[in-house]
Amino acid sequence: MWSAFRTFFGKKPEDGRRILPAGDCALTVEFGNAIDEALNRKVQRLNENLKRADIPGIVETVPTFRSLMVTYDPSRIGFEKLKKELSALPAEDGAGDGASRRVVEIPVCYGGAYGEDLKDVAAHAGMTEEEVIRLHSSVEYNIYMLGFLPGFPYLGGLDRRLFTPRLDNPRTKIPAGSVGIGGEQTGIYPLESPGGWRLIGRTPLKLYDPEREEPFLYQAGDYIRFVPITAEEYEARL
Amino acid sequence: MSLEIINGGALTTVQDLGRFGYMDKGFQVSGAVDEDSMRLANLLVGNEQTEAVLEATVMGPTVRFDGPAVIALTGANMTPKLNGAAAPMDQAVAVQAGDVLTCGFAVSGCRGYVAFAGGLAIEPVLGSRSTNLKCALGGFKGRALKTGDRLDLRREISSLPHMEKRKADPLAGSFRTPADPDRTPVLRVVQGPQSEYFTEKGLQTLTQSVYAVTSDSNRMACKLSGEAVEFADGGDIISDGITTGSIQVSSGGMPMVMLADHQTTGGYAKIGTVISVDIPAIGQRKPGEKVRFSFVSVEEAQRLYAARKAYMEKLDKEING
Repeated sequence: MWSAFRTFFGKKPEDGRRILPAGDCALTVEFGNAIDEALNRKVQRLNENLKRADIPGIVETVPTFRSLMVTYDPSRIGFEKLKKELSALPAEDGAGDGASRRVVEIPVCYGGAYGEDLKDVAAHAGMTEEEVIRLHSSVEYNIYMLGFLPGFPYLGGLDRRLFTPRLDNPRTKIPAGSVGIGGEQTGIYPLESPGGWRLIGRTPLKLYDPEREEPFLYQAGDYIRFVPITAEEYEARL
Repeated sequence: MSLEIINGGALTTVQDLGRFGYMDKGFQVSGAVDEDSMRLANLLVGNEQTEAVLEATVMGPTVRFDGPAVIALTGANMTPKLNGAAAPMDQAVAVQAGDVLTCGFAVSGCRGYVAFAGGLAIEPVLGSRSTNLKCALGGFKGRALKTGDRLDLRREISSLPHMEKRKADPLAGSFRTPADPDRTPVLRVVQGPQSEYFTEKGLQTLTQSVYAVTSDSNRMACKLSGEAVEFADGGDIISDGITTGSIQVSSGGMPMVMLADHQTTGGYAKIGTVISVDIPAIGQRKPGEKVRFSFVSVEEAQRLYAARKAYMEKLDKEING
């Protein structure tokens, strides 16, 4: 049974993708087993191509680091049929795909009461707070995926010099909009939440607002750039 | 016509089928844990099967009606009473102005459902009336109901045609979850997406043991205790998508079955997925109660899915024409 399962489901199409069942209403297209920007780009491309293909019966998709989960209505399309459709969809960059990257600017008030741990991150990196801010805000971070909380972005691209261990004792309450560094990652807390990341700043933007026509400011596959603002600008934009 | 909540019970929320299309943004789907009971309650009172209902957990609510209405109670038996007299379950019941519905502790099952003919007057948020407790959004003010809350119905419906036909056997249907000789439900599971993270012995453990529901189970997950499932080489994965029914296995080897409020992504290996038609069975287990597992193919799971859909459509047609 086990070996039959492995032979059947482990079959690898040309670009190494594997199509794995996740019950009767979902499946996972897996491109590899690493957190890697090139692998993630395949996930985003497949997601775009799947949306464009408009296959009847698809309910929604969840892009993650190295795989795409697809939920579907089995009364409209069966596993084998969908597997065949997904095997045939391209996941490589097409012409012009790289040029159209969408960069979302997130204003951040760094340090002070908005980012209590900025001084610790600076001390750990052996640089001034201003240098930390300059480094942190000079990168276009790619959004690998959203998860954990609505709108919580898992970002790639943090400068190695800013890697900082998480807090030994996580905070029980982190204000919505907090920007932090946890280990090798940086990100934003879209909702008030517990968490162990070092807080270096806060954005006045409401990262998701169900009342807004576009409830979310960014999606997986987009890029984020943090733009330093003053405390006055922060208060004015609340 | 409105309802006044006299007592909210342990956890009573407004739920429909769920909020679809936002998982890629990190939004849980939410929705009724026991979809079958929700559908049944709705079709008994002539609603669309996916209309929003009240879902009560373990201890049901007490509700006063300030006008006439037609309701149906399904799912867990919370010994419902109407003005002190036993109220029937799994059939439409007409209530009058001033009537009080009192629910108690669930003597069988875990989650009870109440549907109202005409539906609750709740504005959909992001396409759904379901309550998302984590984000305090949707449903009634994004939270569980409590004493003093008033919920309006969209229409006042004081009677429905063919009341005598508006009843059903909640266990009928060939797709229902089988049970072992001890009446423990045997949940059917499709292997994957990470079955290869487990040894052959681990896969056997899952299907040969009995697991008990733990008290820290909730709408996010039904957490189980029993014999540990053996990993081939650790159970941490690079976080990927989770769906309802996903069986994540904790680092201690304990299975956790994801329910309606599950996170969209997670980092534990998933040995398999409980099939759609068996989610109601696990959603109706209380802490301390037991479940078993067996493996089926995707094709069999999808055949059962189709059987359930056909059954519900047939029942709907028989009752509502």
